[in-house]
Amino acid sequence: MSEERRTPPGRHPGAIPRMGGGPGPGAMMPGEKPKEFKKTMLRLLRFLKPYRLRLLLVLASAIAASVFSIVGPKLLGHGTDIIVKGVVARMNGAAGVPFDYAGLLHVLGWLAGLYVLSFLFGYVQQYLMAGVTQGAVYRLRKEVDDKLQRLPLQFYDAKSHGDILSRVVNDVDNISGTLQQSLTQLITSAVTLVGVIVMMLTISPLLTLIVFVTLPLSFLVTKAVAKRSQKHFAGQQRSIGELNGHVEEMFTGHRIVKAFGREKESVERFEAINGKLYQSAWRAQFISGTLMPLMSFVGNLGYVLISVVGGLMVTRGGVSIGDIQAFIQYARQFTMPITQLANIANIIQSTAASAERVFELLDEQEEEPDGTSEAGRGIRGNVAFESVDFGYKPEVPLMKGLSIEVKSGQTAAIVGPTGAGKTTLVNLLLRFYEVDGGKITIDGRDIRQLTRGSLRSLFGMVLQDTWLYKGTIRDNIAYGRTEATDAEIEDAARAAHADFFIRTLPEGYETVLNEDASNLSQGQKQLLTIARALLADPAILILDEATSSVDTRTEVQIRHAMKELMRGRTSIVIAHRLSTIRDADVILVMDKGSVAEQGTHEELIARGGIYAELYRSQFSGNEAS
Amino acid sequence: MFKLFRLLKPFRLQIAAVLALVFCQSLSDLYLPTLLSDIVDKGILKGDVPYIWRIGGFMLLVSAAGAACIIASSFLSSRVASGFGRSARSKLFAHAEKFSLPEFDRIGTASMINRTTNDVNQVQQVLIMMMRMMVSAPMMCIGGLIMAFSKDAKLSLLLVAVIPVIGLTIFAVMRKAIPLFRAMQVKLDKLNLVLREGLTGIRVIRSFNRGEYEQGRFDSASRDLADTALRVNRMMAILMPTMMLIMNLTTVLIVWFGAKRIDAGDMNIGSLIAFIQYASQIMFSLVMMSMMFAMVPRAATSAARINEMLDIAPTITDGQAKPSPAASPRTGAARGEVEFREVSFHYPGAERPALDRVSFTARAGETTAVIGGTGSGKTTLLNLIMRFYDAGEGEVRVGGRDVRSLSQEELRAGIGLVPQKALLFSGSVSGNIRYGKEDATDAEVRHAAEVAQAAGFVEAMPEGFSTDIAQGGANLSGGQKQRLSIARALVRRPDLYLFDDSFSALDASTESRLRAALAEETGGAAVLVVAQRVSSVMGADRILVLDEGRLAGDGTHAELMESCGVYREIVESQLRTEEESA
Repeated sequence: MSEERRTPPGRHPGAIPRMGGGPGPGAMMPGEKPKEFKKTMLRLLRFLKPYRLRLLLVLASAIAASVFSIVGPKLLGHGTDIIVKGVVARMNGAAGVPFDYAGLLHVLGWLAGLYVLSFLFGYVQQYLMAGVTQGAVYRLRKEVDDKLQRLPLQFYDAKSHGDILSRVVNDVDNISGTLQQSLTQLITSAVTLVGVIVMMLTISPLLTLIVFVTLPLSFLVTKAVAKRSQKHFAGQQRSIGELNGHVEEMFTGHRIVKAFGREKESVERFEAINGKLYQSAWRAQFISGTLMPLMSFVGNLGYVLISVVGGLMVTRGGVSIGDIQAFIQYARQFTMPITQLANIANIIQSTAASAERVFELLDEQEEEPDGTSEAGRGIRGNVAFESVDFGYKPEVPLMKGLSIEVKSGQTAAIVGPTGAGKTTLVNLLLRFYEVDGGKITIDGRDIRQLTRGSLRSLFGMVLQDTWLYKGTIRDNIAYGRTEATDAEIEDAARAAHADFFIRTLPEGYETVLNEDASNLSQGQKQLLTIARALLADPAILILDEATSSVDTRTEVQIRHAMKELMRGRTSIVIAHRLSTIRDADVILVMDKGSVAEQGTHEELIARGGIYAELYRSQFSGNEAS
Repeated sequence: MFKLFRLLKPFRLQIAAVLALVFCQSLSDLYLPTLLSDIVDKGILKGDVPYIWRIGGFMLLVSAAGAACIIASSFLSSRVASGFGRSARSKLFAHAEKFSLPEFDRIGTASMINRTTNDVNQVQQVLIMMMRMMVSAPMMCIGGLIMAFSKDAKLSLLLVAVIPVIGLTIFAVMRKAIPLFRAMQVKLDKLNLVLREGLTGIRVIRSFNRGEYEQGRFDSASRDLADTALRVNRMMAILMPTMMLIMNLTTVLIVWFGAKRIDAGDMNIGSLIAFIQYASQIMFSLVMMSMMFAMVPRAATSAARINEMLDIAPTITDGQAKPSPAASPRTGAARGEVEFREVSFHYPGAERPALDRVSFTARAGETTAVIGGTGSGKTTLLNLIMRFYDAGEGEVRVGGRDVRSLSQEELRAGIGLVPQKALLFSGSVSGNIRYGKEDATDAEVRHAAEVAQAAGFVEAMPEGFSTDIAQGGANLSGGQKQRLSIARALVRRPDLYLFDDSFSALDASTESRLRAALAEETGGAAVLVVAQRVSSVMGADRILVLDEGRLAGDGTHAELMESCGVYREIVESQLRTEEESA
């Protein structure tokens, strides 16, 4: 599983905001544990800092709303008492005594007023929190994106895209959900819990004691259930991961599975994982599902005890019926904030884990500071590597003391087997990676003195990898020079021999390339990148000659277009064609990341080294003479 | 979505049991307030202590029974929902394994993966919620109403008046909120897309200094998402407080009117207290139901996507095995021999045929090369032999029999395919080679690797043939993957080898060693090689020249140079590029 990794189970990205409380299956999840809870939370709070005034308001409203709703049952109990008084008076034979309607109206009026206030504060609190949350989350996303711009290529090459995506989208979304729902719930639950305890104590300390007796029972039940279910939840997560992995692999390799007739094995393996998933899924589901009824049974236990004991107390005249009624309501409310708090604690843990992953990204080492000077116009294009050391990993040096010189207007051909370090050369020239030792210069200036932007604008690249982009063909050609006119774009396409095929496409220049540009052939894509380079008019070119995946006619066009492009520019060509190699002003023979030989064709043949052997084995077959 | 619930059929007894159990549990919940009211009226007001104890004990029993019911139902519903998920996944995956390439083209691999995993989970989640809440909420609502009526019919009219108010409030909020939820999902996807493009295109973006532009794109997507999320959350902010307000004000009204009825002697105190509890149970269940309504549309979308996939019938089906000689008129044909008879093929929706009346025979023991430009139909030709697609017209014969008359398994068992894009599976190196032949011995595996020129680098790896390959072969170079994928085909010792431009990532010296080794290995089998370069095909026994789907030439290099214009053109263009500056 790649992209969907680590979405906490049961909580979907962008899912419906949680409404109300109550322990859902979420309460039982083996919450991911953050490494440094406190530090992470404090850092997360920093994102809320600009909203502290509004947060104070939210806090005040939450407290107000809870307090008002807590007073409710007590007042309602007074109402009941007024009625009871009337009833008792009648039972005592005082017929015709009118109910105290005025008193009742007074109490109920107050009650209604309180409820309306509680409603208003409740709404204000949620409303404000929405603004705070979205503002903070937006800022967090922005900060992450800004950070991504400053991270070196090294980071992107080392991390899977799924992982980065999941941090920026899913984890941030998880944080957003928590801020919106759980933070205010945390406040409300805490206030309610305290308020309810106070109210209960004022009614009857004895009854409150009974309620408290049931508390340890609730904890024990929760703990027992959680302990048993976590094992299965973990198993479920494992199986889901395994299943997703298998599905992804089998579907991507469908052609191979079919070609080798392995459908049956594939289905069998799937069934095995699916069966395992079923076993842990239903167990996890079931065990966590018992929590609610068990808790409500414990709640009912308290309820019955209160009814009985309270009833006895009333008969002895200790408390009024209205108070018992109020107390029962409080007792019911009492368990809710407790389960809610347990729930929230879990959610906050998983949020902290999410936040930690986001912060990890924010703490990644950034690119080395930019140079300050602009390359300016009139760059001649002398490129030199001066005893460059480099390795992707410090313990595996790839280049040692590499020196290359390509003079302005010259063509350098790089020759060597695949994986010999051609990509590395590009990485270093464009400063995607930093050299470990030595320096790279352009017109004698260390490239580290230049800003990355101006350095990169010196280069034009025509490479085999699809360096195209989702968008129209026009946009793709103009990618390096956004201000180019339509006429300039078409001129560039014509010079690159791309105009013809573009016009045969249904939408011409407005044809939209899809995500991996699979609606164009390899050769057509290369013609487009040539057009793009022509339009950008760079001082130095890096080219990759076509290999076998381009058909011959297109290839002739590509060669002509490349010739056009190379005229008068310093060109570094990753070469496969003999003619290119022989024509080059300097040939660099790469082997295992370093330049094994360099010189002209004649010099190298005369030397009788690697190049000479390569030349004999690879090209002599095609040479008639 | 309900179409998908047909998969629940085997569970219908269990579902009935779940419903019954939830019903019992709801009853027990509803019974408790009545008992409480009895305690108040008959016990407390009359001072009857033993009565209070008796009823209290009874209440405990009732609530224990309720808990037992709900636990039992949870047991069953967990098994039902998980079982449903299991069958849905199983059905989807088995169905997908029957698909051939046209179906994969239609839906897209990524989407199929998503449907089999996430969409099923989505529906399964909702199913659990439905069985837990969707059943109990209406029961509590209706049961609560009945109980309220039994306590005091007149006062119940108040509830009858309030329920539509709640319903309307929920409806009004949800009608606005649900489209916003959907919009939010779309915007989240959009943000994901922008970010993904930024990640895959990072080198392009950096080299063209388009970072700021990309940041702008991300920012506007992020802003857009935040705005929508803000609207949704502000909308939802009104819901819960409003519900609470209505509930509380209703309680106030109940007490007021209840007092009047008690005054008139039509009601007693215990009933009033019970009544208030019923009212809150009813309203709470309504809120629960409103939550369900928010969940169902999402699951419905998932279910629709699952159904769409299940509704696709695989286009390629096994032929009726007809082992009789009548099925193969040319019984003399060797097992690997490939014959095309006037074969035409159109990709769905394409204007021009990818192959147009192509006829040829590739004999066993010979190497037949296929050359032609991009889009000339070379890979299509191999796809038809593999029967990934079916020919529109004409007949494709392998070993003298029409491929459609064979079972796919039988056909493919005799073919060793090396695809253009080398694709390996996670597992060990030897496991990957054995993918070609499950019961291959270690010696066979090693031999295949040697012929494929892979043994050298495999042995250099930390654990040799047991080294694990990351998913998709991420820890190998392109050339290494290609060689392993060749070894995988070799180990089968098939009657027919298909090489689809499979040497592209190899350097010249490796390629020539490999070719030499292959020539010895393939012996009496038929070998079909697809290539782009003349140098790769010149040595073949036969060369087929494809041009825009038509067979433009068929013969040896020398013959074709004489007779075939297209071939000459290809040769000249390639040699010219080699020599034009020489």
